[in-house]
Amino acid sequence: MGIGRPDLTVAIGDWQLANPIMTASGTFGYGAEFADFVNLNRLGAIVVKGVSVKPRIGNPPPRIVETACGMLNAIGLENPGIEKFLTDKIPQLKKYTCGIVVNILGDSLEEYCTLAERLNETDITAIEVNISCPNVKKGGVAFGTDAKMVYDVTRCVRERSDKPIIMKLSPNVTDIAAMAAAAEEGGANAVSLINTLLGMAIDIRARRPKLANKVGGLSGPAIKPIALRMVWQVAQRVKIPVIGIGGISTVEDVVEFLLAGATAIQIGTANLVNPKAAEELIDGLENYLLENKIASVKELINGLIT
Amino acid sequence: MTNYKKTKHQLKGEIKNISCGDEYCRITIEAPAMCQVAEPGQFVMVRAAEEKSNDPLFRRPFSIHQVADGLLTIIFKIVGRGTRNLAKMKTAELLDVIGPLGKGFHVANMQRHYLVGGGMGIAPMHFLAESIYKQHPESEIIALLGARTAKELDAFAHLNSLGYLQVATSTDDGTSGHHGLVIDLLEQSVAARGSGAVYCCGPGPMMKAIALFCKDKKMPCQVSLETVMACGVGACLGCAVSGADVIGDGYLHVCKDGPVFEAAKIWV
Repeated sequence: MGIGRPDLTVAIGDWQLANPIMTASGTFGYGAEFADFVNLNRLGAIVVKGVSVKPRIGNPPPRIVETACGMLNAIGLENPGIEKFLTDKIPQLKKYTCGIVVNILGDSLEEYCTLAERLNETDITAIEVNISCPNVKKGGVAFGTDAKMVYDVTRCVRERSDKPIIMKLSPNVTDIAAMAAAAEEGGANAVSLINTLLGMAIDIRARRPKLANKVGGLSGPAIKPIALRMVWQVAQRVKIPVIGIGGISTVEDVVEFLLAGATAIQIGTANLVNPKAAEELIDGLENYLLENKIASVKELINGLIT
Repeated sequence: MTNYKKTKHQLKGEIKNISCGDEYCRITIEAPAMCQVAEPGQFVMVRAAEEKSNDPLFRRPFSIHQVADGLLTIIFKIVGRGTRNLAKMKTAELLDVIGPLGKGFHVANMQRHYLVGGGMGIAPMHFLAESIYKQHPESEIIALLGARTAKELDAFAHLNSLGYLQVATSTDDGTSGHHGLVIDLLEQSVAARGSGAVYCCGPGPMMKAIALFCKDKKMPCQVSLETVMACGVGACLGCAVSGADVIGDGYLHVCKDGPVFEAAKIWV
């Protein structure tokens, strides 16, 4: 083998990614927030903050709590709504040459369908369907904890859009692989997992929950082993690509997820701690492949020996 | 001097000076790029975990105390694991910093400026006083500093030696200056000298009282808020606060809409 640069490209259906590193929804704004720190065009894809049909002001504060090697959040999907997103955010996102994935969230089946239809008119790369947010009363996770509903949402979004569809799964279920199978059956091009794990923190002096929403989603390095186990289980069960998410912050973490069967991965909480994290992991992955004389990142995917 | 574009930077700044007591710590790092674009009231976020450690996870936000000759200084109170880790650092070690972040103080075009700081809220006032002096050298700049005890004010003793700044202090226990609240000093000063622009940073109840006093006196007032933060760049939306008009404005985000706000945006 020559001293050529290793091949970092991966494919999700017909969608070719320059590399498997994406940024997770809700941790990277709309990309612009990180433009001073990261060359956005180098990313495999940016997954933007979740958008709903109507604007949402989000949950009251406090919204975040630091925990051991992790964080709890209950942001409540604060976003400007699809109309403002299309007029204000899409023109800005068009400037980037990397993949643009729009994360959508509905209160009803019909809202998911409407969002998919509106986004189909744009030139975004793909749609990620959030059926797993633990922090809103209606919708979100309600759609992600029942296989029949996962199937119904996937089916509807599939019918209204030609874009690659990624279903983002909740770990707050008994059998996540069954949810992934329902998404595959409904016509999803990929599944991404895991969203946050439902958690809680209490202020013992005030004897009150630390979050105004009482409970929130746990993310960060603390959840990585759980995410890795779930990615591995799902990759055994479905044929569509799996996108691994959950506490990834080092190159070793990225390699672990690829070995467990992920085709791509998303960087979430690590972006908040180190704004350059995603770009550093692209360089780190390339160096890892070079040092280990691996010609293509695809050789790692599903490479686990059991 | 190199011309840096107005942007946010991430750097490993070499510690030029660190001096920590039991309660307070002052760290000066080499950060020419940040110094050139920083404005008073802006903040930096500092990694507080040891190398390769994920605990504590979040960066810690600190207001910029001073910039001079490419050196940036922060002053903070040692309150938990993060600040304890920082206090253990040594000269010549590297501090992982991003900034400058957020919207700082707007220097009002007025003849009199009241800088009102409470506790660690005094930290941004040095940089602010210097900026006001540079822009309006003829104006009257008055610092009113409140704390629990005289010891708490020690970290800011150097403010007394700035020739252009008139300093008055108050303490809860009477160990320095006026025995009482810093708002008493503001009321006395305004009665004696006349109105001016007010810049305020400190505990919430103190800032609210000062905001309402300024509203009554029809004086412009800016307040600098503090919250828990994760990203510091407006991405996670974790630092939301309820402003005066949640219905109209939604929640405000301290890291991006602030930390400095017109007081009327926060309290009616």
